[in-house]
Amino acid sequence: MSDDGREEADNQRDQMSIDAAEEVNPNHLKLYYGRLFPYADMFKWLSYGNDGKHPGCDASFFGRREFSFTLDNDVYLRFQSFNTLPDLENSIKDKSPSKIDIGPVYSVDPSKRHAYAQSGVNVFTPVERELVFDIDITDYDDVRYCCSGADVCLDCWPLMTVAIKVIDAALREDFGFNHILWVFSGRRGVHCWVCDGKARRLTNEQRAAIADYFRVYKGNENSGKKVSLAGPVLHPFLVRSYADFLKDFFETKLLSSQNLFLTEERYEKILEMIPDNSVTSELRGKWQQNTRRSSAPKEDINLVRWAQLKSTLQSGKQKGQGLRRCVEEIVFCFAYPRLDMEVSKHMNHLLKAPFCVHPKTGGYLDVLSVLEMNASAMKEDQFSHITRCYHVILSGRVCVPIDPDNCDEFDPTRVPMLSQLLGELNIEGRTADDGNVWDGTSLGKSIRFFRSSFLQPLLKSCKEEIESSYSSKLQQSKSSISW
Amino acid sequence: MEIVRPQRKPPSGDAVPTLPLYRSAPPLEVRLEDFELYAMDRLRVLKGISDGLSRGKKPEEMEKLVTDLWKTHMRHPHAPDAANKDIISHFVLRLVYCRTEELRKWFLSNETALFRYRFLAQTPEAQRKLMAEFDLPYKAVSSTEFEGIKDKLSQVARLLGHSLPASDALFYKVPFEEVSELVAGRRVFIQKGYAYVAMNQVVSLVVTQFRSLQSKALILTNRKWTSTIREEEKDRLTPIVEALCTSYLGPDYSQPKEFSEVSIKDINQIAKSSFPLCMRHLFEKLREDHHLKHGGRMQLGLFLKGVGLKLEDALAFWKAEFSQKVGAERFDKEYAYSIRHNYGREGKRTDYTPYSCQKIISSTPGVGDHHGCPYRHFSEENLRAALCRMGVNSGAMEDVMEKVRNRHYQLACTITFEAIHGSSYDAGINHPNQYFTDSQKILKSKLHFGDVPSLKLM
Repeated sequence: MSDDGREEADNQRDQMSIDAAEEVNPNHLKLYYGRLFPYADMFKWLSYGNDGKHPGCDASFFGRREFSFTLDNDVYLRFQSFNTLPDLENSIKDKSPSKIDIGPVYSVDPSKRHAYAQSGVNVFTPVERELVFDIDITDYDDVRYCCSGADVCLDCWPLMTVAIKVIDAALREDFGFNHILWVFSGRRGVHCWVCDGKARRLTNEQRAAIADYFRVYKGNENSGKKVSLAGPVLHPFLVRSYADFLKDFFETKLLSSQNLFLTEERYEKILEMIPDNSVTSELRGKWQQNTRRSSAPKEDINLVRWAQLKSTLQSGKQKGQGLRRCVEEIVFCFAYPRLDMEVSKHMNHLLKAPFCVHPKTGGYLDVLSVLEMNASAMKEDQFSHITRCYHVILSGRVCVPIDPDNCDEFDPTRVPMLSQLLGELNIEGRTADDGNVWDGTSLGKSIRFFRSSFLQPLLKSCKEEIESSYSSKLQQSKSSISW
Repeated sequence: MEIVRPQRKPPSGDAVPTLPLYRSAPPLEVRLEDFELYAMDRLRVLKGISDGLSRGKKPEEMEKLVTDLWKTHMRHPHAPDAANKDIISHFVLRLVYCRTEELRKWFLSNETALFRYRFLAQTPEAQRKLMAEFDLPYKAVSSTEFEGIKDKLSQVARLLGHSLPASDALFYKVPFEEVSELVAGRRVFIQKGYAYVAMNQVVSLVVTQFRSLQSKALILTNRKWTSTIREEEKDRLTPIVEALCTSYLGPDYSQPKEFSEVSIKDINQIAKSSFPLCMRHLFEKLREDHHLKHGGRMQLGLFLKGVGLKLEDALAFWKAEFSQKVGAERFDKEYAYSIRHNYGREGKRTDYTPYSCQKIISSTPGVGDHHGCPYRHFSEENLRAALCRMGVNSGAMEDVMEKVRNRHYQLACTITFEAIHGSSYDAGINHPNQYFTDSQKILKSKLHFGDVPSLKLM
C-alpha cells in the first residue's frame, strides 16, 4: 500500500489515529459505505435477473432475501429485507453495519414473518439459497508449523489455494456448476458461493450429500489417523484431487515450507499414520542416525525423508494395499481441504457478504451473536472452536473475490484495507457523484473481476432461465386452454 | 377403497404387480375385521423395521429382517389375497399415520425402508418392470458414452467391490440430486451434474421416487381426513383409526405375568431394584410429596397393577401416601374411585392396560407433572443425575446420552437396563412392565449368588 497516501489521508482527516491493521474506525466504515461499497452489483447479483422487465421475473424475489446486520454497539439485526436497491443502500448507509450477513430467500418477506406466523400455517420457510462453503485456515493448526490460530503467512496460505482448486474443480467437473464465486473471508480463509439456479434450489438433504462427498476426514483427536481411504481404489474425485493438485502441492511446496520432517516430534506425527511397526522402526532408525551426523547441507531433509518413506512403503516387500495407501493418506491428511460442514448443509445458515470489511472491534460479541443466530445449526464443539479462534478476526481488510483460475497469485497480505482505500480516495480527490468512485482505488480490480468473471455470465444464464421457464409456462397454459 | 360388512372375498386381480406402488386406493371391498387385522399385521412389520433401524442393523441384516417380518405377518394362503392384504393394510395405515407430522415421518421412513428391502429381494426382471412403472425420465447410457467413461465407472465398481461392468452393462444417467445417498457416500461416478447409476444401485433411485410419492400422498390423505373422512366415518372407521397408532403391539401386561404378586412391604425394595427410571421417578416423587397429579397416578398406578399389586393393596398403598397430604377422608372421597376405576371396578368397568413406552414417550407432561419418559422429558443435567442415582457407570452414561441425543429413548432405557443388571439385553425395552418382569428374572437367577431382593414367583 502507499505510505504517502496513508499519511496524507491521516493529515487530511484531522489526525484521526489510524492503525489500519488493528482497528476499524466507525467513521471510516461510514465513508466506505458512503462511497465505495458496490451496492448495485450486490443488488444485481442477488436479484438473479428478477429485477428485469421480463414478464417471467419474480418481482418479490430480492425482497424475500434475509440480510443481517451487526452494528457497532454489538446489536444484531436479523431478518432485514429490502425491496429495492435504494432501500438496501439507504439502510446500509444509515446503519453502517460492521458486518453484513446474507441469508436465504424465504417463502415470504422475512421482515413480515410474524404476520404470516399468526395465520397458523407454517409458511415462513427458506426456499432458495446459494450452496456455500467455508474454509478457515485455523482448522489447519495441526498441520502447519509456521503460524497458528490468528496468523497466516505466505507459507500456509497455499493450503487455502489448493483447497480452492480441489473444490472448484469438483464443483465444475463433477457437479456441473458454472457460477461460482470465491471470496476472501477476511477471517483468514475463504468462502465459496455456488450460484447456479440448480444449486440455489437444493434441499438440505442434497446439500448435506455434497458436503459428505467432499469429506475425507473421519475420526477425531483421539483416534490417531484422521484420514482413512478405504477400498481397493480411490473414487475418481479423490484420484483427480490427488493427481492434479494435492500430490504436487504436498511434495513441491508444503514439505519444505512447513518442514514436515524436520524434527523428531514432526516426523513422529507422520509415522503414527503408518500402521506397521516394522516400517516405522526402520524409518525411525534411519532418521535418528541421520539427525546425529549432519547431512549434506544442500539437501532438503524433508524431501529426503519423504522419499525414503515413500520407497519403504511402496517397495515390493511391503505387502498389502493398506500400506501403499498410506502415502496418499498422509498427503490427504495434510493438504486436503477442511470444510466447515455445517455451513454447507443448511439453507438457513448465514454467511458474511462479499465486500464487507472485517472489523476487529466488537469482535467477540460479534462471534457470540453469530453463534446465537446459527444456534440451531451449530454444535457445542463449534462454539468452543469459534471462541478459541476469536482472535483471528482482525484488521480492516475487504472481503474481495478471488479468481479461482489464478488463485496462486492471490496474496492475503495485499488485500485492500479500509484505511488504504480511503487514502486512495483522497488522492483521487473525487466526489461521490463521479460514478464509479472505486475505479481508481485498489478495490477497482476486485469489482471489475466480480463483474466480468462472475456477474455478467451469471446474469446471462439467469435471463435465459427466466425466459425458458416463462415460455414453457406459456406453452402449458396454452395447451390447457386447448384442452 | 370401500369398506363393507358382507363377508365377500374380493375378486382376484391378475394385474397386481409384484410390488405395489400404492398410487391410488384400490376398488376393493374389505371386511371391517380385516381392515383392522391387516393394519395390525403391517404395523408389526413396520415396528420391527423401526426397531431394527434404531438398533443400527446393517443393510444385509435388515434385508433378512424385513423378509422374515413380511413372511411372519403378511403371509396369506391365497396369493391374490396376500397382494390385497398388502395394499389394504398400506392404505389403512396411511389413514392412521397421515394425521400429524410426527406420525407421517415415522410411517414414511419405515414404509420406505420396507419398500427398499422388498425391492432388493425382487428378481432383476421384476426390478426392471418396477422401474418402468415409476416412469422414470432417465435414459440408459449409450454405448458410445459408456466407452468414454468406462475407466471411471470401473474404478467406482472396484471401490464398491462390485464386478467390473461388462460392455453391455446398464447404467442410468441421473441428475445427482436424485441419488443423494449415493453422492454422499461417493458410491457413484458423477460428471457434469449427472450421476451414473449402475443397475445394482437403482434401488436408491427407486426409493427416492417411492418416498416422494408417499410423502405427497400422506399430505393429501391428511387433507381428506380432516376435511371429510373423520366426520363421515366417526362411528365406524374413525375410532379404529385413532386407536391404531397408539395401540401397543406386544403383550399388554394388563394381567400380572406368571402369577406373580407383590405386597406393599416389598414395594420399596423392588422399586429400587427393578423399576425403570420413569416409574422409579414417579415412585420417589410420590414418597417425597405424598401426591402425584393425574398423569402420574395413571402411569404409575397401571404399572403397579401390571406388576401384581392387587386392588386392596393398591388402595392401601395410595392411601398411605395421599392421606399424609390431603387426609384419609379426602382420599376416600376423591382418589379411591379412580384407583378402583383403573382396576375395572368402576365406570365402564374396562380393565385398563398399563402404558407402553410409545404412549409414555408421546405424552406431554406439564408443570408439576412427573410422568412421561425421563429420557425424553428430562433435561440432560437432570437425566445424568437420575442415572447416577440408579448406579449407571460413566461409560454407559455416555452411551445413554448418545441415544437420547438421537432420540432413541427406548434404546437409552435398554442401555440403562443393561448397565444396572450387568447383562446384555437383546429384546429392547418396549414396555415398563417388560423392564420390570425381565429385571426380576435376571435378579432371581442371580439369587444363588447372594441375597437379591426379588418377587416370590409362585
